[in-house]
Amino acid sequence: MLFTIFAILTLAGAVAAISLRNLVHSVLALTLAFAGLAAVYLLLGAQFIGLAQILVYIGAVAILIVFAILLIREAEPASPSMVVSSWVGSVVAVLVIFGTMAWAIERSAITQRATGSQAEASMQQIGNALMLRFALPLEIIGLLLTAALIGAVTIALREKGEGR
Amino acid sequence: MILAPPNTAAETADQIFVILRDWIVRHVPGGLQPIFSDLISVVAILAVFASLFAITTVLERKGLGRIQNRYGPNRVGPFGLLQPLADGIKALTKENIVPLAADQTVYVLAPVVLVVAAFSMYAVLPIGRNMALTNLDAGVLFFFAASSVMELSVFMAGWSSRNKYSLLGAMRAIAQMISYEVPLILASVTVIMAAGSLSTVTIVEKQAGYTGILPHWFILTPWGFAGFVLFMIATIAESNRSPFDLPEGESEIIAGYFTEYSGFKFALFFLGEYIGLFAMSGLGITLFLGGWGAPLSFLTWVPSYIWFFAKLLTLIAVFIWLRGTLPRLRMDQLMNFAWKFMLPMALINLVTVGVWEFLPHGVLRWLVCSVMVVVPYVLLGRGLMQGWKVERRVYKFAE
Amino acid sequence: MTPLTSCLLLSALLFVIGLAGALIRRNAIVVLIGIELMLNAANLNFIAFWRYGPNSEALTGMMFVIFSIAVAAAEAAVGLALIISLYRHIKTANIDEVVSMSG
Repeated sequence: MLFTIFAILTLAGAVAAISLRNLVHSVLALTLAFAGLAAVYLLLGAQFIGLAQILVYIGAVAILIVFAILLIREAEPASPSMVVSSWVGSVVAVLVIFGTMAWAIERSAITQRATGSQAEASMQQIGNALMLRFALPLEIIGLLLTAALIGAVTIALREKGEGR
Repeated sequence: MILAPPNTAAETADQIFVILRDWIVRHVPGGLQPIFSDLISVVAILAVFASLFAITTVLERKGLGRIQNRYGPNRVGPFGLLQPLADGIKALTKENIVPLAADQTVYVLAPVVLVVAAFSMYAVLPIGRNMALTNLDAGVLFFFAASSVMELSVFMAGWSSRNKYSLLGAMRAIAQMISYEVPLILASVTVIMAAGSLSTVTIVEKQAGYTGILPHWFILTPWGFAGFVLFMIATIAESNRSPFDLPEGESEIIAGYFTEYSGFKFALFFLGEYIGLFAMSGLGITLFLGGWGAPLSFLTWVPSYIWFFAKLLTLIAVFIWLRGTLPRLRMDQLMNFAWKFMLPMALINLVTVGVWEFLPHGVLRWLVCSVMVVVPYVLLGRGLMQGWKVERRVYKFAE
Repeated sequence: MTPLTSCLLLSALLFVIGLAGALIRRNAIVVLIGIELMLNAANLNFIAFWRYGPNSEALTGMMFVIFSIAVAAAEAAVGLALIISLYRHIKTANIDEVVSMSG
């Protein structure tokens, strides 16, 4: 029952995020969707992931998007249309994709034999996994984040002499 | 949770609130007992920390007044101690002016989000022995997740007021808060490395032993002391208090991101900021100062919650002292300090705690780790101030 | 409907909502929002299979999600830097206008 409430909250936030005209409202709706997802993760017992979702997505990514919106201060959207000129084909494609995925989920055999075992991931186990089995991906992620940091700063740097 | 019945008077005094709560909960039908128990704890936390907020406002104003060579408020009640009552009545009865162009939903939600996030941080703080509301496996992570939601509410407040000063104040505040969140979390990671767990209750238990009369608090180690100083500076910056209060600089941009708020919503912002300050100080006490542990081994008969609040009040007094003494930092000075001084110190601290754990017990590890902490501090400090020409310090006095 | 099926359906719905946002809206920032929604949907999928799948001691699903969150944050940063840099040149965030290289 709790799952249904959080699922509806998440979907409402997601739909609002892509369909509101005002960008800041759209980002706040996205934050609501993230929060709903974090609640779903906590319900499923993935404590670390739920808290990391709040810390990273709501505390960093949403604020990043908000800062970018404030830096792109275009005049309140004067354009009448919010959608791309080729939106009809996109809608058809999206519906087809959803139909395929829903059919696959309903008919798949793996969902029938799903176990309800009490999955548990203590911090010790996650720490051990990160340091022993997944040490290489951890280091690569560190490298990736450094590269993204330097790259983002370089791309957004205002060069000397460039007009405002 | 049924505990062994206490057998001495000291233990009874220590566990008095837990015993009281269990007694109240016994009168409730069986299925509802866990929920009632948590509800009583939540109400107790709200009541205690809201009163602490009230006491702090009057202490701060009197303390600042004395530092500035004047009396603080002294009209309401004996020595002005009933001032919070007057402040509360004022805040609740002031006219609630909402700007016409403000974004109504977001404007109203911003203080609510702030207060909810601030109060939820207390769920993992161990206020006394067996007195943490929940013992989450990832308690410290939960704490930082809740504190990062506070930044979002600052933005909501600044943007929804449709006022360029509010927006500017909000952007400055968010830039400051995310810059100082990095040394804050890195300083906590050193404690997590030393204690081996993310659970706040476990971290306090690891600091509960005594050698001779001195406790095993993490602040009494070189890396712990450096980490504590970093943590406290970052806490002051996260709560937008002087000397880091440029985002709400009263002499520059009126009140920054809550310029357009009045009456009850302003009181909620004020409350939320102080509650956030207390919560972060509480985490600092848990991580570095031994939580509810007594400072000397012969003082363990004093109840645990008394020690927690004594340490909290000491930290609050230090914050008030800093507010009255130091001038405000400029925005670029603030950001330089965070990224060029605190971040390298926090990283060096991480390496130091690793070295501490691997060296054998004794004088050697104290020496090595102290050198590893002090030398970069001096070099970075002098280097940044004097543009990397480390030379003899020259004092210039006014003639 | 088993719990696993409901999680997977939620994930599929989130994915197509994100995809619709990325394909249909004109503003570059909303496209990025759509991409973040798609990544979140994939994360939910992994967690659902970790929880209800056959082998939950391997923690593989959880590990993948940890790395996926890190990658998504990095990609959001770079994407927004690109949008800001683009805006400085063409003074609009409208992706219909970025056609100067099409033949």
